[in-house]
Amino acid sequence: MPDTSSHKAMTSRSSERFGKWLVSAPPLVYLLFFFAIPALIMVLASFRTPGEFGGLSPLVEDGKLDLNLDSYVRFFTESVYAQIFVKSVWYALLTTLFCLLLAYPLAALIARSPKKYRDLLLLLVILPFWSNFLIRVYAWMIILGPNAAMARAANGVLSWFGHEPVPLLFSSFAVLVCLVYVHLPFMVLPLYANLEKHDQALLDAAQDLGANGWQRFWRITFPLSLPGVYAGAALVFIPALGIFAIPDILGGPEDSLIGNVIKQQFLETRDWPFGSVLSIVLTVAALVLAGLAAWVGRSQLGTRSSGALSRA
Amino acid sequence: MALLEIQNVSRRFGDFTAVDQVSIAIEAGEFFTLLGPSGCGKTTLLRMIAGFDLPDEGRILLSGEDLADRPPEQRPVRTVFQSYALFPHMTVEGNIAFPLQMSKTPAAEVPAKVQAAIEDVRLIGFGKRYPHELSGGQKQRVAIGRALVTHPTVLLLDEPLAALDAKLREEMQIELINLQKEVGITFVYVTHDQTEALALSHRIAVMNKGRVEQLDQPSKIYSFPTSRFVADFIGKCNLLEGPVTASGNGVVFIDAEGLGPVRVATGVAVAAGKSGAIALRPEKIRVAASTLNAEPDRGPEEKPDGRSDTEPDNHFRGTVTDYLYLGDVTVYIVSTPQGCKLETLLANSGAGRTKFFEVGDAVEVSWSVDAGHFIS
Repeated sequence: MPDTSSHKAMTSRSSERFGKWLVSAPPLVYLLFFFAIPALIMVLASFRTPGEFGGLSPLVEDGKLDLNLDSYVRFFTESVYAQIFVKSVWYALLTTLFCLLLAYPLAALIARSPKKYRDLLLLLVILPFWSNFLIRVYAWMIILGPNAAMARAANGVLSWFGHEPVPLLFSSFAVLVCLVYVHLPFMVLPLYANLEKHDQALLDAAQDLGANGWQRFWRITFPLSLPGVYAGAALVFIPALGIFAIPDILGGPEDSLIGNVIKQQFLETRDWPFGSVLSIVLTVAALVLAGLAAWVGRSQLGTRSSGALSRA
Repeated sequence: MALLEIQNVSRRFGDFTAVDQVSIAIEAGEFFTLLGPSGCGKTTLLRMIAGFDLPDEGRILLSGEDLADRPPEQRPVRTVFQSYALFPHMTVEGNIAFPLQMSKTPAAEVPAKVQAAIEDVRLIGFGKRYPHELSGGQKQRVAIGRALVTHPTVLLLDEPLAALDAKLREEMQIELINLQKEVGITFVYVTHDQTEALALSHRIAVMNKGRVEQLDQPSKIYSFPTSRFVADFIGKCNLLEGPVTASGNGVVFIDAEGLGPVRVATGVAVAAGKSGAIALRPEKIRVAASTLNAEPDRGPEEKPDGRSDTEPDNHFRGTVTDYLYLGDVTVYIVSTPQGCKLETLLANSGAGRTKFFEVGDAVEVSWSVDAGHFIS
C-alpha cells in the first residue's frame, strides 16, 4: 500500500510541476525569442566587423571566423564616448533626485488623504500615460517655446536684471524638465505603495517618546520608506539612462546622451558592432548600478525591511 | 494634591459623547485602572492624557500644571500602545535608546541607561534583536522598557496584554505589578478585562457610556457595586430585582422577581415601596441536594452546613437546569418554580469529585443575609 500511495504522491507532484511549466511557458518562450536571443545576437554583433554599406560583414570570410575586439577598443580609446556616458549617468542621477524630491511629498499626501480620494489622486498621477509619450514630449516644445508664456516670463525677469534673453527650448534645462516630467509617476507609485502601508501607531509612539515632526520624519518615516525610494530610483534611473527621444527633440547639440549615440550608430552611421558595444556597456552599467543600490539597501535595512513591510 | 487630576473632562465626536464630565484624581505611585466595555470612553480619556486628543471641556492637570498647551512630545507621560508600536527598523537597543536621544541625553550616558532598562524588563541578551525576531511577550517588554527608560511621571498602558495568550497574560500581570512597585511610577492602565483590572490595580474607575460609574478599590468594586452596570460588568452576578417590602435594623426585604422575599443586610436606609436589586455573586450561594425529596425525615435544623434555623438565611428550592464544567469549578444554573434563574458555583476541590448534581436534580439554595449587596 505505501508503494502506491507514494507513487500517487509522486505523480501528483510531477503533474503539479507540469502545470507550473504550462503556466510559465508562454512568457518564457516570449522572453526567449524577443529578449534572450536578440540580446545574444547583439553580443555576437559586438565582436563582428561592420559591413561596407552598413549592417555586418559576413561572419565567415575565406574560411576564417571574423570575430574581433575592434569596437571595444574603440570605445575605450576614444574618450568622447566615455564623456557622453558620464554625462548620461549625471543626467539620470539628476532626474532621479528631482523626481524623488517632487514625488515624496506627493506620494505622502496621497497616502494620507482620505481613502475615497486616493484612487482618484492615483489616477491623476498615471493620467499622462493615456496620451502618447512622443506627443507629451512635443507638447513641451510648445510649453518651452520662445513665444510661450513661460519663456517670456523667465526672460522678462532676466531683463529686469539686465540679462540677455535665454532660450528655454533646445537646452539641457528643457531635457531635464522633460526627463523629470516623464519619469515622475514611476517614482510616485512605488513610494505611495510603501508609504500607504506605514502604521500611524509608529508615528504616535515616536511623538509620545518625545520626537518632534522633523525627527519623526527622519527617524521613522524616511528609513521605513527606503525600499520604496530604492524601487522608485531604479524605475527612474535605468530608463532615464538610456533615453534618446527627449534629448533629440528638446535638447541642443550639447545634450546628446548615450541613447542618442546608440541610435545614431544603428540608424545613421550604420555601425552595428559599435552600437552593440555601446548598448552592452549601457546594460552592464545599469545592472551594476541597480545591483549596487539593491546591495546598499539590503545592507542598510538588513532583513528588517521585509519584516517591517509584512507587519505593516 | 493628586499627581494627575482630570477635572470635568468631556470629549464629543459629532453627536457622540465619548467622555462625559469625568473627574478623576490619581495619586503618585498609584496603579490606576480605567475599566469598561469598548466604546465607554476609556481609550479616549487615555489619549487625552497622552496629548493625542484634547478635551472639549475640562482640564487635565499634571503636578498642578494644565497640560492643554503641551503637545504629546512635551508631556512627561509615556504610552505603551496596544500594538506595541515598536520601530521595526531599530533593534531592541535602538528602540529603547530612541526616547533618550529625543530628550537630548548625553550620548555617553545612553548605553548604560539602555542596559538598565533592558535589565528592568528582563530582556538581557535580546538587545541586538529586531522586533520581528521577538515573541509577543518580548515585544511587550520592549515597549514597556522603552516607555520607562526616561522615567516619565506617568505611564499609560492601553490594553497592553490584550494580544497575549492567557498563560502569558497572567505572567505579565505579575511582572507588571512587580515592575510598578520597583520603579514607583504612576501607572494608568486601560482594559476591558475585569479580572485583569481586579488583579493589577490599587484603584479602578469603572466607565460606561463616557461616565465613571464607580471608582474604588478592586475588592470594594467587586463586593459592593453601586450600580447594576458595575455589578453585571465585574465578574458574574445574579441581580435579584423587586420592590422593597420592609426595612429596618440594617436589613432590607425585597420581594424578588421569581423568588419571593429576600433579606439583605445594608447600611443605607431605604423606604418601603421603592424598587431595588440585590447583587449576589454565584460563589456566595450554597447549593445542597434537596433534603425534602431525598431524606424526607431530616429536619431543617440539620442543614448541611450545620447552621441552625434561627439564623435568618435566605433559603429557596429549585432545580438544576444547566451546568458548565470549567475544571476548577462547575457552574450550576438553578431555576426556581417561579422562573428565577440563579447562577451558582461549586469548587471541585474534593478528590476525584467532578460533579455534584445532574440536570433535573432538585436542590436547595441558600445564602446569608450579608452575602448579597443592595443596590437602590
